Amino acid sequence: MTTAPGRFAAELAALDLPRVAAVSHDATDGDVDRALGAEHRSIDDVAALLSPAAGRRLEELATAAREQTLQRFGRAVRLFAPLYVSNACLSACTYCGFAKDLDVVRRTLTPAEAVAEAALLVQRGFRHLLLVSGEHRVEVSADYLVDVVRRLAPEVASISIETQTWSDDTYARLVEAGVEGVVHYQETYHRERYAEVHVAGWKRDYDRRLVAVERAAEAGVRRLGIGALLGLAADWRHDVLAVAAHASWLTRRFWRTEVTVALPRIKPSASGFAPVAAVDDAAYVQAMCALRLAAPDAGIVLSTREPAALRDGLVRIAVTHMSAGSSTEPGGYAHPGESQEQFAVSDERTPAEVARMLEAAGYEPVWKDAFSLR
Amino acid sequence: MSTTSSTTVDPADLVDQADPLVIGGRIFTSRLLTGTGKFSSHQVMRAALEASGSQIVTVALRRVDPTRAGEGDILDVLDPARFTLLPNTSGAVTAEEAVRLARLARAGGLGDLVKLEVTPDPRWLTPDPLETLRAAELLVADGFTVLPYCSADPVLCRRLEEAGCATVMPLGSWIGSNRGLRTRDAVEIIVEQAGVPVVVDAGLGVPSDAAEAMEIGAAAVLVNTAIAVARDPVAMAVGFALATRAGRLGFLAGRGAVRHEADASSPLTGFLS
Repeated sequence: MTTAPGRFAAELAALDLPRVAAVSHDATDGDVDRALGAEHRSIDDVAALLSPAAGRRLEELATAAREQTLQRFGRAVRLFAPLYVSNACLSACTYCGFAKDLDVVRRTLTPAEAVAEAALLVQRGFRHLLLVSGEHRVEVSADYLVDVVRRLAPEVASISIETQTWSDDTYARLVEAGVEGVVHYQETYHRERYAEVHVAGWKRDYDRRLVAVERAAEAGVRRLGIGALLGLAADWRHDVLAVAAHASWLTRRFWRTEVTVALPRIKPSASGFAPVAAVDDAAYVQAMCALRLAAPDAGIVLSTREPAALRDGLVRIAVTHMSAGSSTEPGGYAHPGESQEQFAVSDERTPAEVARMLEAAGYEPVWKDAFSLR
Repeated sequence: MSTTSSTTVDPADLVDQADPLVIGGRIFTSRLLTGTGKFSSHQVMRAALEASGSQIVTVALRRVDPTRAGEGDILDVLDPARFTLLPNTSGAVTAEEAVRLARLARAGGLGDLVKLEVTPDPRWLTPDPLETLRAAELLVADGFTVLPYCSADPVLCRRLEEAGCATVMPLGSWIGSNRGLRTRDAVEIIVEQAGVPVVVDAGLGVPSDAAEAMEIGAAAVLVNTAIAVARDPVAMAVGFALATRAGRLGFLAGRGAVRHEADASSPLTGFLS
């Protein structure tokens, strides 16, 4: 059984993304001028900013994006850490190191172990944590998550989750327990491609995943994280446009909810998956600039998937939220190397080193920018 | 006549002394309040705040981390002997959250002065008038001195004053937007009606915006983004300090009537006398 399309799915269908994606390939210099100068940018303007014509004017794009970022967010970057609570998974996604059929060391932290991992992260300075898990409704049940969140809430100013999607009252329960943010990346908004790479489990259901963000917003989650995994679909521009449209729609529809966006690129993992279309660094920077100009109010998140030099560069242009010193295996802060990681991180600097980089670049590393909701 | 004082005293200082700003029984000579967000570092922030001559500095409680006191927390940088700390409730989306934050701050030793911010809309960060009024009533009843950030709405400002707020703080334009005093017409009405100091908060982008607000009778202005994101925050802080005083002097001096045509120095009806 699959989920009926949600409201954004209808919006996306009406948007005719293939037409807009064509604009992102064919836009002229004049279209780019208009897009850069516009005060309110249409989806066609965003497409122009993603075009090869705009790619030849990357410095101009970066300057405009930087100005927008400074105006809205100032010279401050919010730091967070992922806390992997489990790599158990009932879904099979061809690109993921946690996919259910992979023969890897599985582990689900007990709530007490999760608290111990969090304590280590708090010691390193973090007050914003993102709880991450595979999709295993028994090992990582709603009760389990609520329990972990309740235990962490007194110590951690901001708790977000990146877990399976939920179709019952779980989001409301998590909000009640103290969750501030929910992250569900659609991975690719391209339906056919989505079906090819998500072969089993709940994640196979495109609409269940897409509508989950709306359900979380309706349940009172304050911050929604959306994104696409670049390298999955053949045309990265298509997915960046979809993320921009999604962010814009969520902002209009759920006026109380803050939206953050991310464009992770596929990294090597136990899956052995190779990206169909690698997105090079220049294209990646262009995508980030376009996203900033498309969604001026959205926080842009960049993880340690990306190498240090690129992260250092993007923080001056568009990025406002960064993880640092991350481990992508459950229990990996206290006992690294004992279970399977989701993917290999590229930026291996410690949180303190990343903070020093930010300071040297003229940005304040913000460790705490929230208050405990419980 | 003293030979030293006349050369070292800035006449504007004498005006500041003779024309203090009184908020909740506390007396201040500076009419420029500053914020602490968006700066590139605590060092730059401190230098800008000192250059601004501000005596009241607002700090977001969500940025304060008591567990890091003495280890680089934002409060470590703000000398309480120099600045009156004005904790704010930014990030609160309901009256209850704002009240809870203010109480936590007071319990943590930050006093009973609070800048009330209830902004459920993360995009424009516009204050929620209903929740702000409700929070103001709760906080005043609980003994706080409340400075509410609010829409430039004359009736809402009346209601906040009736609720016992020590000031009203209507926005000049959207917070962080640097768009200037877009709410001028409403602020003029608010100033005319107010029995408490009117502090224009949010949106002032350049020193002349501060001067404009002061010239129409605002008691003070609060500036953050314009200083924090300026290429030279210290110079911008000085600019705002001067403009705030200039605007105040312009207000106190009382401008002449605005005329659309030249006023003939030899009246046409002069022959009658």
